[in-house]
Amino acid sequence: MLFTSYSFIGFITVVFLLYYLIPRKCQWPFLLVASYVFYYIASPSYLIFIGATTVSTYVVSRRLDALKEMQDAYLSSHKETLSREEKKAYKASVKAKKWRWLLLCLFFNLGILAVLKYTNFVIANFNGILHALGGGQISFLDLVLPMGISFYTFQSMGYIIDVYRGTCPAEKNLFRLALFVSFFPQLVQGPISRYNDLAKSLYERHDFDTKTVSYGLYRIMWGYFKKAVVADRILTAVNTIIQNPDTYQGGFVFVGMMFYALELYADFTGGIDITIGIAETMGITVTENFQRPYLSKNIKEYWKRWHITMGTWFTDYIFYPISVCKPMLNISKFSRAKLGDVIGKRVPVYLASFAVWFTTGIWHGASWNFIVWGLMNFVVIMISQELEPLYMKFHAKFNVKEKKWYGAFEILRTIFLMSSLRMFDCYRDVPLTFYMFGNMFTHFRLQDLNAEAFLGLGLTAADYLLLFICLIVLVTVSLVQERKGHVRDLIFAAPEICRYAVFFVMVLAVIIFGAYGIGFDQSQFIYNQF
Amino acid sequence: MQRKGLPTWVPKIALFLITLLITLFFLQRLLMPKYMSDIIEGALTAEYYEETTGHEVLFVGDCEVYENFSPITLYEEYGISSYIRGSAQQLAWQSYYMLEDTLRYETPKVVVFNVLALKYNEPQSEAYNRMTIDGMKLSKTKLDAIEASMTDRENMLDYIFPILRYHSRWSELSAEDFKYLFHKDKISHNGYYMRVDVRPAEGFPEPDILADYTLGSYAMGYLDKMCKLCKDNGIALVLVKSPSLFPHWYDEWDEQIAAYAKQHGLDYFNYEKLAETVGIDYNTDTYDAGLHMNLAGAEKLSGYFGKYLKENYTLTDYRYDPDYQSAYAKKIRFYEEMEAAQRKELAEYGEIRSF
Repeated sequence: MLFTSYSFIGFITVVFLLYYLIPRKCQWPFLLVASYVFYYIASPSYLIFIGATTVSTYVVSRRLDALKEMQDAYLSSHKETLSREEKKAYKASVKAKKWRWLLLCLFFNLGILAVLKYTNFVIANFNGILHALGGGQISFLDLVLPMGISFYTFQSMGYIIDVYRGTCPAEKNLFRLALFVSFFPQLVQGPISRYNDLAKSLYERHDFDTKTVSYGLYRIMWGYFKKAVVADRILTAVNTIIQNPDTYQGGFVFVGMMFYALELYADFTGGIDITIGIAETMGITVTENFQRPYLSKNIKEYWKRWHITMGTWFTDYIFYPISVCKPMLNISKFSRAKLGDVIGKRVPVYLASFAVWFTTGIWHGASWNFIVWGLMNFVVIMISQELEPLYMKFHAKFNVKEKKWYGAFEILRTIFLMSSLRMFDCYRDVPLTFYMFGNMFTHFRLQDLNAEAFLGLGLTAADYLLLFICLIVLVTVSLVQERKGHVRDLIFAAPEICRYAVFFVMVLAVIIFGAYGIGFDQSQFIYNQF
Repeated sequence: MQRKGLPTWVPKIALFLITLLITLFFLQRLLMPKYMSDIIEGALTAEYYEETTGHEVLFVGDCEVYENFSPITLYEEYGISSYIRGSAQQLAWQSYYMLEDTLRYETPKVVVFNVLALKYNEPQSEAYNRMTIDGMKLSKTKLDAIEASMTDRENMLDYIFPILRYHSRWSELSAEDFKYLFHKDKISHNGYYMRVDVRPAEGFPEPDILADYTLGSYAMGYLDKMCKLCKDNGIALVLVKSPSLFPHWYDEWDEQIAAYAKQHGLDYFNYEKLAETVGIDYNTDTYDAGLHMNLAGAEKLSGYFGKYLKENYTLTDYRYDPDYQSAYAKKIRFYEEMEAAQRKELAEYGEIRSF
């Protein structure tokens, strides 16, 4: 069920109505049923995988909890009799047990993800090597890839690590945990929620509140506007350019790159708006995943504003653990001794960053394009960090930091940089992506970018005009959010007629200007595929 | 004590929804194709509901009925009141539902079905589906017709709320869309699409050799249903194959239909074979080189077929009914005016441009 399908709209309408009609104590169990129905409709076989992840996570989290309780009880009852060393030794033995349970859970669940998502990628690479050596070929496996597996696996693993660390309580009710793992609005493309952030509002009882529901509906409609009117409309032009690299070169590589940046933004943020909006209509607060990423002034800031929950997940569960693990501390010590303090202290940070970006890349998809995309992010961030002293010297000499035009330049620079990295999403392989990136400069001819060529991309003049207007709306809304906070607060502070009028216009805009139905190549959400 | 009543937001939301629905209804009318120029076949289905008189003979089928039979001729020569519920590439199941839809309003004595559509055994084209179905009034019959006709990419909701299908026409709106927002011009003569121009028959490619000449079970199943529906309502069903040189009507198909008609006690006339007897001259009676009849051809065929109807069924001669006289006087005037207008255009431009 695509978020933009009629069946999904019908599904959420029924869920919403029943959610407020049933007794409040039944609300969260009902959401669990709805989530499993949603998943069942996608494919009954998917239930096995999400069920396995849920049960294994539950069993291990309960085991971790039991070990903690056992430790607390033992230490409390032997408070007087145990020496400090004995207490330490006991704690270490429990920690080791907990660690083994955690590893078991991580291996099991990440194993499912790895096998289903990456086996054929490994085979393809293996076949490449065999081909070079003149050997035979291994057949690809016919594996299912359950919808949203990357998202729910990471969410579950985040939870189990938090339970291990003791920063989050172990959920005692299997069904409540099942809802946390499978909550349908965020199942297919995130955000990757933390238990501590989502649990309270997910399980508590909610009365029908017009303001909450209205806010949710606004958010949903805004999401549909971005997805149906912008992303799915510009998709035609993007596909025409990237699927015909022999035809669309030079300036059109740039056009395709920028169009894809807009498509991806409208698609992914639109999907998240719909997710958050649906949850909001039911009084449930889902973590924000974006904060106007295209207003970032550097790549580091961009990654704090784009796909926030994924970024923080990788930071908390990969970057920090790697940075402080024993081998890394040894490497740090070694590198400081051999390379000096300045360089030596960066080695562990860069190694951990490398691991994060490699994982980020491969998480997005089983292909070298994504891996190289992740590593290119790492390279760009590393270079920009290394150049930091140079920037500071520049800014000390030229007082432009606070100038508006310089701020705009930084924003445009970041957009260009991030968009050019995103070219790895577009072209079929890594060499072609590098070639097209170079081609963008070497074959750039302004006269190629004429009206006739633009109309050859599958969009009409009216489409371009509409997209231009939409772009203005998107930028305006982002700027208002940046300066004045939530646009919905402003709308609701205005006379009542305004909130009805705005919603009215949004509904009509989506219905009339949405690129859906026959005649449009309606795309599934890009992040559904990850 | 405070009186309990509706929350204040309820009437506001109700008002909002009503306003939204009215706006959407208006926009839907604006965005739906009007079929008043170029492809006018899309407007044929809806015209039926504006009829003020009853009909004893009903024609159902594709272009081979709405371009080849003239109900005005049938009235003028025999006093028969008839109507053609046909549309471009109207498939067998659509003809069935068109008949079922007609029975909601009247029960004719004779139903004439043109068998060419039986060559299609599955939904063909969304555009033709739309031209046939969009004009039907919403009913269970219409929903069944949609269900039976949808191609893979089509969706029932898009038919029930056509704005979901035609929303993308916002960038193609023309003066015609505004002009015909609430009222459309009449374009047919009891479902007959008139063309007075002449384009003599030309050679057509040799027919393909088919792997299997059996008419499909889905289409034939609907012929069975049509047969039963007519029988249940005391209606005589007549099968015809209109005169045409293309698309090719294979002898094998013809034999199957003849056998079917015999088995079910139906009359079947293949006017392709009887063209000479009818008096059809493919040099003068077709406007598109032999695919369809022009006015001369349609009038010849109607004159010939009307004689059969008159002789074999107890049909009222409505030429003596005052209500029909008045209604048909208008229809005949419109018929003659259109003929004159087409001939004038033909003389002026050498082709017909507005019809």
